[in-house]
Amino acid sequence: MKTLITFDMVAYVVGLMTVAISFAIFSDRSNRKRFTTALFWALFAFCLLFDGILGNAFGKHVAHQIIGAAVVALVLVAGLGGVGRGAAPATNGESIRPVGNWLFLPSLSIPVVVIACSVGLKGRAIGGVPIFDDQATLEALAVAAIVALALACAVTRGTPVQAFREARRLIDTVGWVAILPIVLAILGGVFAAAKTGESIKVLTLMLAPHHERFLVVALYCLGMAVFTIIMGNAFAAFPVMASGLALPILVKEMGGNPAPLMAIGMVAGYCGTLVTPMAANFNIMPAALLELKDRYGVIKAQAPTAIAMLCANIVLMEFLAF
Amino acid sequence: MTLGDLLPLIGIPLLVGGFALRLNPLLVVLIAGITTALAVGMAPLQIVELIGDKFLSARSLALFILILPMIGLLERHGLREQAARLVSRFRRASAGGILLFYFVFRQFSAAIGLPGVGGQVSMVRPLLVPMLEGAASVRSGKLPERTVERIRAEAAAVENIALFFGEDIFIALGAVLLMDAFLRENGIKGIDPIKIGLWAIPSAIAALLIHSIRLVRLDAKIALDAAESDGE
Repeated sequence: MKTLITFDMVAYVVGLMTVAISFAIFSDRSNRKRFTTALFWALFAFCLLFDGILGNAFGKHVAHQIIGAAVVALVLVAGLGGVGRGAAPATNGESIRPVGNWLFLPSLSIPVVVIACSVGLKGRAIGGVPIFDDQATLEALAVAAIVALALACAVTRGTPVQAFREARRLIDTVGWVAILPIVLAILGGVFAAAKTGESIKVLTLMLAPHHERFLVVALYCLGMAVFTIIMGNAFAAFPVMASGLALPILVKEMGGNPAPLMAIGMVAGYCGTLVTPMAANFNIMPAALLELKDRYGVIKAQAPTAIAMLCANIVLMEFLAF
Repeated sequence: MTLGDLLPLIGIPLLVGGFALRLNPLLVVLIAGITTALAVGMAPLQIVELIGDKFLSARSLALFILILPMIGLLERHGLREQAARLVSRFRRASAGGILLFYFVFRQFSAAIGLPGVGGQVSMVRPLLVPMLEGAASVRSGKLPERTVERIRAEAAAVENIALFFGEDIFIALGAVLLMDAFLRENGIKGIDPIKIGLWAIPSAIAALLIHSIRLVRLDAKIALDAAESDGE
């Protein structure tokens, strides 16, 4: 079904912005590695922009192979130390107008526009063509980002060129860590294709003590946390642990209530998300974005709550599910 | 347990070893993935295709790039300084207090299905952190580097913890939908998704209690850090 805005279009906007940023990097003489850094982001933009064109020209399989090869290339550029960072852009004597609290308007407009679009425009159509497809929230975020950029230019009297030079400064602080979440998601996909989860299920079932209910509850919660630490994503751990331990033993043998077993099991997995570098978009990228010296600073701040919450979830499950 | 059961696990020791040796994480992850795929008998071309395919389904993780130009422009025009100035008008505001307020706001908004109102790029870096640093320096003077690190890490942590232990309550977000689909696939019928959401509430309350105890103690830690560095 055709819609007015599709997720592919959102990806193309991200791709075009990345092209603009890689030009800004290319022309940034303060970055000693500006050529390889620009190459890194250009490869990334290529992967975002060309899947449709490649698919039409060579078919889906070859298109995915070319994009896969580009992903491997960009990992190699970053892995071999090709991504560097430049200094903050000079002001070139541009005067900075004091704008006071109007500065908050563009960033506060983002949630407002996201909510307005995803609640107000969801399911609506213009001339018989629906506006959003099933990824409405993400598409609404893209609309909101463009509106916010326009507002930011209006409020500060800045230009988009200036905005992309500043985006270059921000992306330099994050560096190659910016694409770590995507590479980890790819690894998750490889694990799924290799049926790594099935192997972990076999291992857990071997360990399961079938008669001590509390021990099974504890193993289920702990298993969710540990498997999430390995995979970086509780959604990947959930089907494995729930079908390996929760359904056959806790529900079918011991008569537990499925709803709390599922809900609390998932949250036990989130305790793992809080302490693993594999959940890079939550734990590693913010550390880079906030310019922390310690790459694991965010994880260290989260660990005490994560451990306490894991224990709390085991106790809650034992009392609420039976 | 057979060899066939063990081979798909080969990526895990590679990941642990690679991270322990502090090799570049991108390389470690790529090598772990390729080794796992080879171990289960995939051909090289098949692996490259799988990588491309999974890249395309993970594109939503690149969406943060959309807001960088806007945030960058506002920061250049003093957004962070303005946030700090705004909060310094409230002399009773403290870093721990602001974080506690943000925690409740973030957890509540996620629970009613609005996980998009916060964000590390759009909220934590440009607004929350400058407010916290502003409030802390009104109380303790110039902040030592250790305190700045602590405040920033705690801000990122509140964003994550409040989101994780709030979003499971709302029935139309990923987690509840996944659990609902899983139950139906496995032949367990008659569980209303609303019930799954409701059973996430006790954990949400536990998270709020546990983390607010830690946040209440944060202001004392900041004051202690500042006093120690004054003495040096």
